[in-house]
Amino acid sequence: MKRVPLYAIAHARSGDKGDGSNVGVLAYDDRGYEILKEWLTPERIKAHFGEIVKGRVDRYDLPNLRGINFILHDSLGGGGSASLKTDAQGKTHGMALLRMMIEVPDDYDLPSVGIMGAKKSGGEL
Amino acid sequence: MTATGRALRIANGQGFWGDSVDAPRRLVEEGPLDYLTLDYLAEVTMSIMQKARQRDPHAGYATDFVELIRNILPTLRKNGIRVVANAGGVNPDGCRDALIAVAREQGAKGLRIGTVTGDDILPRLDALVAAGVPFVNLDDGRPFTDVRDRVLSANVYISSFPGAEALRRGADIVVSGRSTDPGLVLAPLIAEYGWSADAWDLLAAGTIAGHILECGAQCTGGNFSRWWEVDGWDHLGYPIAEVEADGTFVVTKHAGTGGLVSVDTVGEQLVYEMGDPTRYLTPDCIADFTSIRLEPQGKDRVRVTGIRGGPATDTYKVSISYLEGYKAVGQLTVSGPDAEAKARICAEAIWGRLARAGVTFEQTLTELVGVDACHGPLTRGHATPGEIVLRVGVKDRSKGKVDRFGKELAPLVTTGPPGVTGFAGGRPKATEVLGYWPALIPKDLVTPHVVVEEVR
Repeated sequence: MKRVPLYAIAHARSGDKGDGSNVGVLAYDDRGYEILKEWLTPERIKAHFGEIVKGRVDRYDLPNLRGINFILHDSLGGGGSASLKTDAQGKTHGMALLRMMIEVPDDYDLPSVGIMGAKKSGGEL
Repeated sequence: MTATGRALRIANGQGFWGDSVDAPRRLVEEGPLDYLTLDYLAEVTMSIMQKARQRDPHAGYATDFVELIRNILPTLRKNGIRVVANAGGVNPDGCRDALIAVAREQGAKGLRIGTVTGDDILPRLDALVAAGVPFVNLDDGRPFTDVRDRVLSANVYISSFPGAEALRRGADIVVSGRSTDPGLVLAPLIAEYGWSADAWDLLAAGTIAGHILECGAQCTGGNFSRWWEVDGWDHLGYPIAEVEADGTFVVTKHAGTGGLVSVDTVGEQLVYEMGDPTRYLTPDCIADFTSIRLEPQGKDRVRVTGIRGGPATDTYKVSISYLEGYKAVGQLTVSGPDAEAKARICAEAIWGRLARAGVTFEQTLTELVGVDACHGPLTRGHATPGEIVLRVGVKDRSKGKVDRFGKELAPLVTTGPPGVTGFAGGRPKATEVLGYWPALIPKDLVTPHVVVEEVR
């Protein structure tokens, strides 16, 4: 197995849902989707975000898009105009999730590799 | 299909009030279109507009929209492009009057402007409560009495059929209040193709086309995870849906514009602000996002098929805003060496000095921008940045306390560690915090009203 950032096998988009945020994460290929389904448990997501997510994490699968949608409850410090945070709408939570380090089989040819931190095949983003 | 046998081309040129001012103009000038939609409303926008209207009975709508129409009306008329916008805010009639004035200035006789009203239930709120509508908080079940005396606005998300009726009655421009964002795209489809109120799969398809378009360039390269594959950031193309009568559609953009439309850019926008993907609730239907099929169809074209939907519920969602208190946020720039350690001393000094002055707050915030403001524990402890922005904020019911906080930042420039600067904007001022209160109302208690007026 090799350790890679989630960024190497998936992409993501996030936004606000009241006082919580959602992160939709989409695999680039079928093999990546199987890895996502196994790795991305609500427990792991909650642990990854640490103090950012104060509530529970819900998971919904979208096999047609090779995707999983997570609702991160109580993650915006009040949400909308009530929040003091820089990221009051959870716009950056998708990028935060893609920082997660995961293990993939050595023979898995990573779909997203190239320039800058985001495109490195391994290591820190 | 339209009378000429091709798909309807519907674009969105505004994802929120404050989006690109050039995007709508470029959409109508840089290629063929049938409809231009524009989304101006976010949850707190209505309360801001309600306040504007309290100060001036002619105000309370998106004034940017009137300026836009002033600039593009000749092109709209020349190319036969019709417009659907929720620019009416809390005063669609005021918006219409301003549009009529602009049309008269330009001699645009015969132009027809439709308005959709009936979404604003603020004046009826007490009567509705008396009639037994509980307006309990949809998210956490709190009783409405918690906030009733502080309510600033109350608007129903109405369905897409009144907007469609305005188009069928010949409106060239339709201005609504709080319609749903995806409904701006669905309304022309209902009007042109005659989709019925129980054609759930078709209504879901139009809703999902609207969802993909509603945030403007977010499906054409904006915010895309593989940003290094996007070219032409200075002239991003805004999205266009080419929709067939059977509800299948292609997402694309004008030729020659920047950006990228791919299965991946459209897929990301599909999951934006998503809840339970099998139950995307709108006043028109329940759309099932797990039924969507995406496939590439050449450069910058993605075909969307397979969409299923279910019956709408018998309630509308109501967006209520109320005054929650006051807040202020300010920042100082702290240069290195040891930027992070010095920034933490500045923060401790601010909070310590306020505590000694006897001022405490319901909520405070300390962020080190450059260290952990966005990603918290995921970026803390990385290599020490050369400089940091210290960002501090407070929230409280007391405006006086929030203003007192604002006076505590500037002194740090001379009373803190060395290399603190960037205090250029003056004292942070207390601004109102608007709370958002989602609720439900039975559909039979709301009557949308459609008027179409011709410019003479």
